[in-house]
Amino acid sequence: MMENAIVLAGSAIGAGLAMIAGIGPGIGEGYAVGKACEAIGRQPECKGSVTSTMLMGCAVAETTGLYGFVVALLLLFVTPNMFLGKL
Amino acid sequence: MNAIEQMQITGAKIYCEIPLIPGAPFGLDKLIISEAQVNSWIVILLVTILCIVLTRGMKVRPASRRQIIAEFLVEKASNFVRENMGESFASFAPFIAALMALSAFSSLMSIFRLYAPTSDLNTIAGWAILVFFMITYYKIKGGLGGYLKSFTQPIFILTPFNIIGELATPISMMFRHFGNIVSGSVIMTLIYAALSVLSAAVFGWLPGFLGQFPFFQVGIPVVLSAYFDIFSGLLQAFIFAMLTMMYVSSAAEDGEAAAEARRAKKLRRQNKKIIQED
Repeated sequence: MMENAIVLAGSAIGAGLAMIAGIGPGIGEGYAVGKACEAIGRQPECKGSVTSTMLMGCAVAETTGLYGFVVALLLLFVTPNMFLGKL
Repeated sequence: MNAIEQMQITGAKIYCEIPLIPGAPFGLDKLIISEAQVNSWIVILLVTILCIVLTRGMKVRPASRRQIIAEFLVEKASNFVRENMGESFASFAPFIAALMALSAFSSLMSIFRLYAPTSDLNTIAGWAILVFFMITYYKIKGGLGGYLKSFTQPIFILTPFNIIGELATPISMMFRHFGNIVSGSVIMTLIYAALSVLSAAVFGWLPGFLGQFPFFQVGIPVVLSAYFDIFSGLLQAFIFAMLTMMYVSSAAEDGEAAAEARRAKKLRRQNKKIIQED
């Protein structure tokens, strides 16, 4: 019983810690969007290309955060089943 | 707290298992038919039916609205590919358009609270591995020696890192798409559960059916669904196609550069031989 509790608590805490990875992309994307707004403000005629480039860059910058999210999902849904089955 | 107990965040449901080879490794012992597969068959059917309907009874002078839509879509797709990959890859347009259509339609399935095939890692892993093979093919096309040698650049100590970097391409592609779609569906599931708990707390005193009906689930999730299901899904389809094009065209450029270098070397050697003979 104790082991189960330790595994569950550990995976929950680990999932929470893994989601700290969300900070980086948040800051980065905010910065990118701010710069894109500046660019549109300076040159409103190239709004379309700036927006599509920005969305592309944001999606690529999001990857590190999503790695954290995938690790959190694995910790929440896969690890407990894997270990509790054996315990 | 009934709603919290009912809430479930799981992978695709497995409908049936067809035994293939008993005791074979790598999951070859049985064929698993899951919800993701069945839903992606539905998506394939939908896309095929859409294509057939749009292209039926075509004329040289477009007479129907269907044909105008079809021509618009084809022209957009081929211009998109030409802009991003260059004229020599114009034949890639059908592949890229098919990839985009599959990804977009799969992700849009979650509007109807169906299981989106793209929230299963296996679906996207298939696409990413296909793209990885294409990248490798275009790199090897310039010469196998040059391809293998490119792993030891700039110094041979970096070979393991280069191999990891090469394998990271498909992995990052599939995790990006999978993570975006799954995070959206997890958030939507949480919101539906929270709204039903909230409406049970507020309207729970009403008699009978009215007390159990989740009033807050009507209308409120639309705003979030527009972002998480529609915008995010379509954006990921676009990004996946865009990255495929960028990786493939840069791989082809690398391969061509390697082939060019080899040709130049060969020519130089021949020249040297001619000079020595003289």
